[in-house]
Amino acid sequence: SVEKEAPGGGADGDDSLYPIAVLIDELRNEDVQLRLNSIKKLSTIALALGVERTRTELLPFLTDTIYDEDEVLLALAEQLGNFTMLVGGPEYVHCLLPPLESLATVEETVVRDKAVESLRKISQEHSPVDLEVHFEPLVKRLASGDWFTSRTSACGLFSVCYPRVSSTVKAEIRQHFRTLCSDDTPMVRRAAASKLGEFAKVLELDYVKSDIISLFTALASDEQDSVRLLAVEACVSIATLLPQEDLETLVMPTLRQAAEDKSWRVRYMVADKFSELQKAVGPEITKNDLVPAFQNLLKDCEAEVRAAAANKVKEFCENLPEDSRETIIMTHILPCVKELVSDTNQHVKSALASVIMGLSTILGKDNTVEHLLPLFLAQLKDECPEVRLNIISNLDCVNEVIGIRQLSQSLLPAIVELAEDAKWRVRLAIIEYMPLLAGQLGVEFFDEKLNTLCMAWLIDHVYAIREAATCNLMKLVEKFGAEWAQNTIVPKVLGMANDPNYLHRMTTLFCINSLSEACGQEITTKQMLPVVLKMSNDQVANVRFNVAKSLQKIGPVLDSSALQTEVKPVLEKLATDTDMDVKYFAQEAISVLALA
Amino acid sequence: METTKLPPTSPSSPTTGFSVPSAEKVDGFPRRSMRRARQRRSHSSSQFRYQSSQVELTPLPLLKDAPVAELHDLFCKKLQQCCVLFDFLDCVADLKGKEIKRAALNELVESVATSRGVLIEPLYPEAIKMISVNIFRTLPPSENPEFDPEEDEPTLEASWPHLQLVYEFFLRFLESPDFQPSMAKRYVDQKFVLQLLELFDSEDPREREYLKTILHRVYGKLLGLRAYIRKQINNIFLRFIYETEHFNGVAELLEILGSIINGFALPLKSEHKQFLVRVLIPLHTAKSLSIFHAQLAYCVVQFMEKDATVTEYVRHTFSVVKGCKSPVMFLGEIEEILDVIEPSQFIRVQEPLFKQISACISSPHFQVAERALYFWNNEYILSLIEENCQVILPLVFATLYRVSKEHWNQTIVSLIYNVLKTFMEMNSKLFDDLTASYKVEKQKEMKRERERTELWRGLEEQQERRLQTLGEASRNQKNLQERGESAQPSSPQTALPEHPDLDLSGAPSTT
Repeated sequence: SVEKEAPGGGADGDDSLYPIAVLIDELRNEDVQLRLNSIKKLSTIALALGVERTRTELLPFLTDTIYDEDEVLLALAEQLGNFTMLVGGPEYVHCLLPPLESLATVEETVVRDKAVESLRKISQEHSPVDLEVHFEPLVKRLASGDWFTSRTSACGLFSVCYPRVSSTVKAEIRQHFRTLCSDDTPMVRRAAASKLGEFAKVLELDYVKSDIISLFTALASDEQDSVRLLAVEACVSIATLLPQEDLETLVMPTLRQAAEDKSWRVRYMVADKFSELQKAVGPEITKNDLVPAFQNLLKDCEAEVRAAAANKVKEFCENLPEDSRETIIMTHILPCVKELVSDTNQHVKSALASVIMGLSTILGKDNTVEHLLPLFLAQLKDECPEVRLNIISNLDCVNEVIGIRQLSQSLLPAIVELAEDAKWRVRLAIIEYMPLLAGQLGVEFFDEKLNTLCMAWLIDHVYAIREAATCNLMKLVEKFGAEWAQNTIVPKVLGMANDPNYLHRMTTLFCINSLSEACGQEITTKQMLPVVLKMSNDQVANVRFNVAKSLQKIGPVLDSSALQTEVKPVLEKLATDTDMDVKYFAQEAISVLALA
Repeated sequence: METTKLPPTSPSSPTTGFSVPSAEKVDGFPRRSMRRARQRRSHSSSQFRYQSSQVELTPLPLLKDAPVAELHDLFCKKLQQCCVLFDFLDCVADLKGKEIKRAALNELVESVATSRGVLIEPLYPEAIKMISVNIFRTLPPSENPEFDPEEDEPTLEASWPHLQLVYEFFLRFLESPDFQPSMAKRYVDQKFVLQLLELFDSEDPREREYLKTILHRVYGKLLGLRAYIRKQINNIFLRFIYETEHFNGVAELLEILGSIINGFALPLKSEHKQFLVRVLIPLHTAKSLSIFHAQLAYCVVQFMEKDATVTEYVRHTFSVVKGCKSPVMFLGEIEEILDVIEPSQFIRVQEPLFKQISACISSPHFQVAERALYFWNNEYILSLIEENCQVILPLVFATLYRVSKEHWNQTIVSLIYNVLKTFMEMNSKLFDDLTASYKVEKQKEMKRERERTELWRGLEEQQERRLQTLGEASRNQKNLQERGESAQPSSPQTALPEHPDLDLSGAPSTT
């Protein structure tokens, strides 16, 4: 029984109320879901037990019974990372190591990773002495474990204890890391390679040069490409740590080799990390080595690699040393970019299209007009909608440099085509750029060329498009003003109220909902309200209850006399409608507008 | 040294490989891959484009016309000629060269397969080099990143017209009566095997089929590589399970293992038991289990037949594999295992097993419940149940009783009635007792449930109180600090509650 007396505010008295057995039974419940719930509330249990019994009874139990569902183990691993206070503070934090050590050896990666994360967290709460007495031996045990899982976990723990231990222990840690880098199983080598950069950061520079470089070189020429590609990531950290004069001999041979690796996955990684690498090796090496390497990646035989490199074109050019930037771009990069514009693979083209406009700010007006504009125009006519869309969505970069007018001739057909694309997601994307385009092209151009498109979207057969179209109208009105709205948009929107299709009639209401505020009281009261009120007699119930909703929405924009004399009677009538939903929304509107 | 029983060499095609039950036998439907006659998309590895300059091939004299003295020399020249690679994505490029290589490969295949005395030592490095140059390549990125082997058409290797002949040559080479493992092992080494294993990830089922047969021959003939091959397959599986969840050749590798397990020496080495527990059983949790389940189940049953004591390890199956994505398949495998289980071993697994089965019976998915209930139609299993009725019936009774009252599917309800009837006939005394105590048990369960809720309510209230006290304590402490040392020690309200060991507030301590 768990009956308890009212405690007099003192918390200590509660401890004896809950025998550990009862609590442990909760953690052992046959039903996984219940067990999981209990584990997730482990801190509550620990709090009930008090720190002493948590240490002496709860933790040993947890350590002994780690054979559960992965989901339960994951929750446990996470909980233990926040348990320091519950076992009595930093002084006792090492009590948490045994269960976490077991969790760090289980098969399931997610559990293991979480256990390592928690271990890393609580390592910071260890005193330097405890770190050497309790934590570091654990790392060593994991590092020399039989099964690959414990060795994999060890890789993530070296860097957190290294800075805070004595030099003898440091030497041991370096030795363990070295051993794991040449482990028999690729899983462990991958783990070591992925932690190489992090470990290098905490090492003394001399050891970076003596130890890390040889490990880096070895991992970067591993027999498995999954290991080699991780070395590329480490390359960024290592290069950042070394003085410029050492980079050429210690890092560059490996990096050059990676950029020409026979596996596309490694080359992909180089392309993907190119900006980071560029920053890490500095301007001189960039000019001499990275520029040709980048050219090769842009011309790679695998589309994946080309796309990754194309994605980096802008960033790479931006970060080139200023003195030679323009020359390098014009003579080395631009020719490759030109080829990519007509690449056979659409992902490559679309990756390029998402960054190519950014080059105009770097190259300035004349170069943009002469060299880039033809490329933009070509991409605007690309057969793949994503390419065109990416160009259009980055028009603002170009606008700043040469103005959008230069493009408008080609822009229009591209927009019209996208506006009618068979894929509704493409149509949706282009709608979202309409306000931006309208702002840049000006009201005249818009009225002349784009207005009809915007109205056509209102009767699209996909709801998401109609919805986006109404939202678009609102943004346009915000941009061009109420007067413009009154002359161009409002009449057309209101005209749809007489459409035989009830979906179109509803669109009128949706437009009014979003336009009323931007159009202001006068237009709303004089032009929109009469139409809404008239629609309250619609034969379709959906239209009628949307009338109620619209009235609720536009109510705040109207003046009080209109509300009382015009809106109130209509809502009252709708509140007695035969349709349940119409009644409901009418009543809701009456109460929200305080018309009762 | 363990022995490996090699299936008889198939002279015609590698597709009729092993005595493994193929997917057809299991589900009765033709495999989709067999129906894929059309070749829609194809891709080529990037290796071709890495060749710097293209060599022009000139036809060599035919092998069959060559004088005996020049035969080996000519053979060697043809091997070298076949090291030239061609661009198959451009189907009209260098047609002449492609034809010369194709003819040369055909000749090499025929020569190795039919004539004796051709394979002399100097040819081994040349042959292995030719094979390596042609087949070893980084597989290209999948054109469909979400490639689903069950739904999507695989991307086929464009250079297959040549590649197939190279594989065919390799296979004939290994199967030739002149083949000398002692010579081959110098060239077919660990690095070679590792690259061969990586190719199993190929999306092209034709390529994997060849690789399967070839690796099996290598395993059979080159004894020194066996342990290494097993270890690397382990690594591939572990990576598949815990890292990538993607590898196209799992079924093929399992098929090879199925026949290897057969040859394991007894008693089983710990390496092999570990393989069962740490690799084969976790493989059941893979999302794509359905693609290789037939081969996997075959491997597990092979282990069982080999050494009945591994049952204890298979116990893990019942507990570890609760996360199995497709319980129906899993139940099918359990039935296969039970078919070969020794009664003495059955006793050791019955408890976790029938807990699992009763969980399946109460599944709202009728196919799962149905599959579990079918166990009672299996005569051997039924006899095992009958022998252990005292243990099993109490394990499943409550579930059967409850589900018979509330399952939505009529078929399930009537299946359960049959099962209950069987139990009644088996042991009517026990059955009556359980029926009588069902209500009491049910009430006990509800009481326990109430107690649980009560317990947790209490615990949470307590936690809240504690945190509140601590919050007050820390506020008081702050106040004290702000007021400096002049705080009134006489005021009982500001006295800190005693929490020597607990400080969740994180407030700096003044004492």
